[in-house]
Amino acid sequence: MSESLDLHLASVETSLDNPVLPFLRQDRIPHIWCPGCGIGTSVNCFCRALSDSGLDLDKVAIVSGIGCTGRTAGYLNLDSFHTTHGRAIPFATGLKLSNPELNVVVYSGDGDLFAIGGNHFFHAARRNMDILVICVNNFTYGMTGGQVAPTTPVGPTQTTMPYGNFENPFNLPFIADACGATYVSRWTIYHVRQLAKAMKEALGKKGFRFIEVMSPCPTLYSRRNRLGDGVDQVKYYKEKSVIKNGVDTKEVGLGYQGEIVVGKFVDRERPTWLESMNAHYSHHFGDAFQPYGVKNGQD
Amino acid sequence: MKADPKGVLTGVHFMDGDHAACEGALAAGCRFVAGYPITPSTEIVERFAARIPKVGGVFIQMEDELAASIAIQGGVWGGQKVMSVTSGPGLSLMMEHLGYAAMTETPSVWVDVQRGGPSTGLPTLPAQADMMQIKWGSHGDYEIIALSPNSPQECFDLMIKAFNLSEEYRCPVFLMMDEVVGHMTERVNIPSADQIDVTERKWTKKKPGEYKAFATTPEDLVPEMVKAGDGYRIHVTGLTHDERGYPAMDVPNQAKLIPRLLNKIRNNVHKLVDVRMDGCEDADVIVMSFGITSRVATAAIDAARAKGLKVGHLRLIICWPFPVALIQQLARTAKAFVVPELNMGQMVLEVRKALADVDRKVKVISVPHPGGTVHDPETILEQILEAAR
Amino acid sequence: MAKTEIRVGGLGGQGVILNASIIGKAASIYEGKHATLIQAFGPEARGSACSAQVTISTEDIAYPYVKHPDVLVLMSQDAYNQFAPSLKPGGLVLFEEELVTLDGRLPEGARAIGIPATRFAEELGRRLVLNIVMVGFFAGVTGLLSFESVQKAVKDSVPKGTEDLNMRALEKGFEYGREAAATK
Repeated sequence: MSESLDLHLASVETSLDNPVLPFLRQDRIPHIWCPGCGIGTSVNCFCRALSDSGLDLDKVAIVSGIGCTGRTAGYLNLDSFHTTHGRAIPFATGLKLSNPELNVVVYSGDGDLFAIGGNHFFHAARRNMDILVICVNNFTYGMTGGQVAPTTPVGPTQTTMPYGNFENPFNLPFIADACGATYVSRWTIYHVRQLAKAMKEALGKKGFRFIEVMSPCPTLYSRRNRLGDGVDQVKYYKEKSVIKNGVDTKEVGLGYQGEIVVGKFVDRERPTWLESMNAHYSHHFGDAFQPYGVKNGQD
Repeated sequence: MKADPKGVLTGVHFMDGDHAACEGALAAGCRFVAGYPITPSTEIVERFAARIPKVGGVFIQMEDELAASIAIQGGVWGGQKVMSVTSGPGLSLMMEHLGYAAMTETPSVWVDVQRGGPSTGLPTLPAQADMMQIKWGSHGDYEIIALSPNSPQECFDLMIKAFNLSEEYRCPVFLMMDEVVGHMTERVNIPSADQIDVTERKWTKKKPGEYKAFATTPEDLVPEMVKAGDGYRIHVTGLTHDERGYPAMDVPNQAKLIPRLLNKIRNNVHKLVDVRMDGCEDADVIVMSFGITSRVATAAIDAARAKGLKVGHLRLIICWPFPVALIQQLARTAKAFVVPELNMGQMVLEVRKALADVDRKVKVISVPHPGGTVHDPETILEQILEAAR
Repeated sequence: MAKTEIRVGGLGGQGVILNASIIGKAASIYEGKHATLIQAFGPEARGSACSAQVTISTEDIAYPYVKHPDVLVLMSQDAYNQFAPSLKPGGLVLFEEELVTLDGRLPEGARAIGIPATRFAEELGRRLVLNIVMVGFFAGVTGLLSFESVQKAVKDSVPKGTEDLNMRALEKGFEYGREAAATK
């Protein structure tokens, strides 16, 4: 990570007693991420959020798919699951339903969650499965060498769009909103304080929660498209970001190097899948039904 | 330990194989099922969905079999016993997660109610043509266990055995049903809970800090287990990993991990052999069969014996791992093997492979069938007569 | 070995499978015999052809299919047309006489006994219990199952609240069957 980037990332402390360290599997560091990559910054924010949340970390589990962001699970000192490509959400669904006291977080990339895993995202949000999904969106497939992603804006070159991308990208907050997520926000890795705060807030909420984190891939996206390195991307985030809390998610689609709408877009209450199941069966079966995953007299 | 009475529907029932399989799962302690509807397996999950609210657990219909087959594995790491249920096309989608379960040593039961294929094939009609897919269909080297019931009663009994084996060996275990067995109704005796042995998960007694999630000893190649939420802060990955479960993608770790995953089953093949033998000791011809075909073969064998032929019947209850040593032992006296199966010749390949190491010349006759119905016993009889010649 | 192979045929919605299931259940649970039921399974809609095969035996049943039934229980003309030729020589045909007309398809030497089961069911109040009338008729004619066994099997097979109606349907069919067997 370059010095100038560190200046931007006010919350990243590099002193010996880095408060983030207890949240990491220190025996797995150094990590695999490139210099200037934003995933580590997002993980820093997540550690902050965990720290500030006051949650019992033995009851927080993290699930990742495959890809650069998919490696996050392996670095966090939590019960952590590195699953298959695109399937972190259904794995997390099973984990949550079999052990409802867990706070389950899915941490993965845009290709993993919205290309190969898109269908699972839609259905988990529709069901209001009680999980937090954090998507680090770097607009490309990093692990495999910079192919076009379902989030790649029209224009930039990718190895499988060698003459520039002509496919329309997804607007991720709009999808999450439309599918029924209870919490939707977007920040960039320039917005470390806001991101950590959003993560903390989302950790404390119920239902299907979604945070999009815009993050540079200097190696395969920025440099290939003559956008400079990670620092240049963070500068772009700083200059072109507009905070619009509560804005209609239809309006927050991202164009190539265009305006970035960030903020908290959705914050609402809906019964979770398990709450709905318990309520429905309690109504249907009466006393013959023992609510599932609820400790007697405690919850 | 004994079964939890809440899941055991003790009594005598007139029940089809699909429903009996579901009752077997409940009796074995299965409390989480993620499924996706597909004929002819759907009745199993329908019954589970109806029964589970009062037993205490969860059924969820997922968006596809990819999701179902990984959701159950989340369920295992959350602490439950789990199952998923499918048929041909769904099984193909599940292949990726079969590999994940093998690699991460996630105890899980997979039910395949076999129908005619390939592709959409014959949704409502039987086959036994997925036998090789479950063994070889996920990429890389792995081992599984597969059981093959031939009646609703066995769907119940072998389902419990499937769960117990999956816990003992921490591997995917298949219950290989077929459309006929699934939709056939017969008497099913469900004993009381105190008469049903269930194998508990191999929970560790070690404390966090001294526990390594994938550490084993030379004597016991199956690691001890924990679940998420118990303070162990485990890491589980489908990547090649070390004893801690951390990614370790190098030659020494691959060379350590993969043989262990195979050998924890291969070293116990002698313990895992489960067959029914009838008249094999002095038989000239041995009919090897499994699943519904074993019942059709019985009719053919009876007819052949009525003609004075010495015919034995070797019925595989556990198809994988295949009982190589037993075949070789039988080949010392038998002149021929006849292998009827509802596919174009799959398990017969294992017989031929086993006999490759046998000095005597032993005939092997495949009695293939493209599926859609069972063999005509006459067809099998003709091949027995041919073999005896 | 005493083995009886039965084919029940009719239309989807007539209760063909339930009829066969009650016969199998009575034999296997309440008479301690072996019984195997195989139903033709398909994406069948109401009103299309539907059939089931039941084998009842004092010994283990290996081959589960019925190729040449000893007894045919028929509730539609299509079922008769399809299955009559498969009847075992000297076999028995039990048919709903207002829905099935016998013809030259019936093998020589076959014994055929009809019952106006639909009319009986309507007189009892619900046409739906046609299949239970046929169960009683089967038990009455063949003497293969005791009335008590069939009664128990019907009781735990029909929806709660309909037991009385179904019992009356069963009795009606059974009585008719016993008389018919004695006279025909």
